[in-house]
Amino acid sequence: MAAAVRIFLLLLLLLGPGGWGQAEPPRDSLREELVITPLPSGDVAATFQFRTRWDSELQREGVSHYRLFPKALGQLISKYSLRELHLSLTQGFWRTRYWGTPFLQAPSGAELWAWFQETVTDVDESWKELSNVLSGIFCASLNFIDSTNTVTPTASFKPLGLANGTDHSFLRYAVLPREVVCTENLTPWKKLLPCSSKAGLSVLLKADRLFHTSYHSQAVHIRPVCRNARCTSVSWELRQTLSVVFDAFVTGQGKKDWSLFRMFSRTLTEPCPLASESRVYVDITSYGQDNETLEVYPPPLTTYQDVILGTRKTYAVYDLLDAAVVSNSRSLNIQLKWKRPPENGYIHYQPAQDRMQPHLLEMLIQLPANSITKVSIQFERALLKWTEYTPDPNHGFYVSPSVLSALVPSVVAAKPGDWEESPLFNSLFPVSDSSSYFVRLYTEPLLVSLPTPDFSMPYNVVCLTCTVVAVCYGSFYNLLTRTFQIEEPRKGGLVKRLANLIRRARGVPPL
Amino acid sequence: MVDTCFLSQGLTTLAGLLLLPFGSLAASQIEDQAEQFFRSGHTNNWAVLVCTSRFWFNYRHVANTLSVYRSVKRLGIPDSHIVLMLADDMACNPRNPKPATVYSHKNMELNVYGDDVEVDYRSYEVTVENFLRVLTGRIPSSTPRSKRLLSDDRSNILIYMTGHGGNGFLKFQDSEEITNIELADAFEQMWQKRRYNELLFIIDTCQGASMYERFYSPNIMALASSQVGEDSLSHQPDPAVGVHLMDRYTFYVLEFLEEINPASQTNMNDLFQVCPKSLCVSTPGHRTDLFQRDPKNVLITDFFGSVRKVEITTETLSLQPDSGVMESSYKKDQMVEELMEPLKYAEQLPVAQIIHQKPKLKDWHPPGGFILGLWALIIMVFFKTYGIKHMKFIF
Repeated sequence: MAAAVRIFLLLLLLLGPGGWGQAEPPRDSLREELVITPLPSGDVAATFQFRTRWDSELQREGVSHYRLFPKALGQLISKYSLRELHLSLTQGFWRTRYWGTPFLQAPSGAELWAWFQETVTDVDESWKELSNVLSGIFCASLNFIDSTNTVTPTASFKPLGLANGTDHSFLRYAVLPREVVCTENLTPWKKLLPCSSKAGLSVLLKADRLFHTSYHSQAVHIRPVCRNARCTSVSWELRQTLSVVFDAFVTGQGKKDWSLFRMFSRTLTEPCPLASESRVYVDITSYGQDNETLEVYPPPLTTYQDVILGTRKTYAVYDLLDAAVVSNSRSLNIQLKWKRPPENGYIHYQPAQDRMQPHLLEMLIQLPANSITKVSIQFERALLKWTEYTPDPNHGFYVSPSVLSALVPSVVAAKPGDWEESPLFNSLFPVSDSSSYFVRLYTEPLLVSLPTPDFSMPYNVVCLTCTVVAVCYGSFYNLLTRTFQIEEPRKGGLVKRLANLIRRARGVPPL
Repeated sequence: MVDTCFLSQGLTTLAGLLLLPFGSLAASQIEDQAEQFFRSGHTNNWAVLVCTSRFWFNYRHVANTLSVYRSVKRLGIPDSHIVLMLADDMACNPRNPKPATVYSHKNMELNVYGDDVEVDYRSYEVTVENFLRVLTGRIPSSTPRSKRLLSDDRSNILIYMTGHGGNGFLKFQDSEEITNIELADAFEQMWQKRRYNELLFIIDTCQGASMYERFYSPNIMALASSQVGEDSLSHQPDPAVGVHLMDRYTFYVLEFLEEINPASQTNMNDLFQVCPKSLCVSTPGHRTDLFQRDPKNVLITDFFGSVRKVEITTETLSLQPDSGVMESSYKKDQMVEELMEPLKYAEQLPVAQIIHQKPKLKDWHPPGGFILGLWALIIMVFFKTYGIKHMKFIF
């Protein structure tokens, strides 16, 4: 009897999963993506996005099984009845003028804004508890968020996900500009990822490279999205984004060539096995400045073109799930090289040698039409020896004028006439080509004033010093070393005796 | 008679012979039990590591704390059992030439900041109040778990503090102090609430020995880097970073701890000898009178490590995936899906709607005490002046 029951149970278990005749579709999925954008200023921006979509109604049932969606955040959503949560921690500022428009910018410091469900009775209480819990999860001082730095915006910050109604009393927004973001904030952020810095794109997330940047922004966004095209049911979407901008001079040592290894000190070896999509996009719309073209190595298998942020852009796509791109034997290290067209210019520079030869700089440049070209040279003023000054040094020193020799295109083609026949003013420069004429121009000489020492000073100094020495030192010397002795008046001296005689005759006391 | 005598004598000798091995067995058992008594009776380990100094030139205090954090994590205490408090951010400080690193040895040999550090209290949160609340457990209910010291009466706690101090006090962030009396009282509260089994207190500041003078709770062992009247000195500057990297006492303690592994049997007496006056310039001190066990029986890993007793079993346990539950709920979702109408995303900037929205009326609150009192005064003065007979015209 028991054996029969046991066999029956075993059969049931065997039939259970296989009996439906189809595989159970996964309830959550992960997509990861890295976009590398070379910026006009020579820097490079890298934006990571990890998106976990979970087809579940967190509100309706007590969920206890978490697979890809992190349990810490799932419990947060159900406990505080959140509809949306956006938290970002940023260091630096996105310089739109040099770098272009960002995908998603965040304010410097910590920013937290959340939409609560309409079932919440005390929104302020839930908001306070939420910020405390998040400060524990992300190791940030978000517990300083209270009524003094929280607002309820009325016009902006509409929900980014699906929304039934937009009663702004369920929205709260706070910013902590003093918040620092460092490895202790990156560590829990990485732990929320399903593959957690072990495989896929997250192996590139090394703190010592990510914080050596001009801009570092990491964010967590949770919102409800449409599950399918008809949008009849809701899925939860968790997006973790990280944007960094590597500086060309600090990290790149001035060179504009980038590679994954140079940026992150790692290369990609395998995709995350839990990800359904794992791609790297490289922006290959070249900027047209200086006619440089961007070359990407290894050459991409596919490209993607679309209108992004208002302009048409082309991206090279590397799919990590494709065995041709990355496999066990081959790691992916994407390299970006800027290719200059061959220059047909010429520069000759001969630096000066003190007291032997001057600077010489010769440049051959092609001036674009309807433009202004400025050539500037920085120089330093060196100190002269006092014998090298002219008698009138306050006048200044002259720098010789520059010479501009140009071949200017003619408006009207000239015909090369006979040298001897043409008037003298037309035969100053030989004409070789009828389409342009040669001209040599000079700039003004430059008068540079050098700081001039006061040449009368040595005489003044000598006089002053001697006076000081004579008066002060001499007096002290005398005071310290002069001794006074009582001297007996001398008896002798012919002149004195004679004088005494005369004095005695007069009746005056003697000397 | 003689036979019985002989028999009894034989029996007694036999009994005596038999008793002898039993006796020796009993004696060794008693010895084992006695030794067991002197082994620590703790079941879990906690660590509270505090750096109290702010500003870039106090880099060495953060490096001190992080090197103890690193040793304690390496020897087995997990992040959930460590409360790390750093009063300033040195790793991502704009002045740090190598961001996301804190070095303890010059020439950048050892990065104690690491790749998976979790700081629980940072920057302005490191205050005397928060520190005492962590120790005594009197924490507001909204504090997350990682910021609490959830120790019990079988916990061994390591408390490490570093910063600038004086005779009887320790400075927190250059704006407030904690005195040795407050600290002793906090430990007494912990003892009364049974929050520790044994406590090791290490302090690396100037005149550090003054901080443990006032302890009066049992089972506390304390170490300090310098005596009263002496300064604790820093170890070595690094020309690339530009500041002193570590303090001498903690530098030598770190070197000592780097040689400890979770199985080592080194005891506290070795830790007391760590930094003699020739290396440290100050005289490190220690206090063991409140501690019940002999320091030579106390292992370093009793406080710095989290050694667990593991029993290996050969029983197997098989887990069945509960696919049944997931299946039914998914089916339920699919059915409900058909009934709902399509949802849509909100418009991000609906200009017309924004312009025409009415501003939300603020909730009306009854007037407060001051306004009520003012009106009462005005009405009283009015009636005193004009007389009560006017009341009927008003009401």
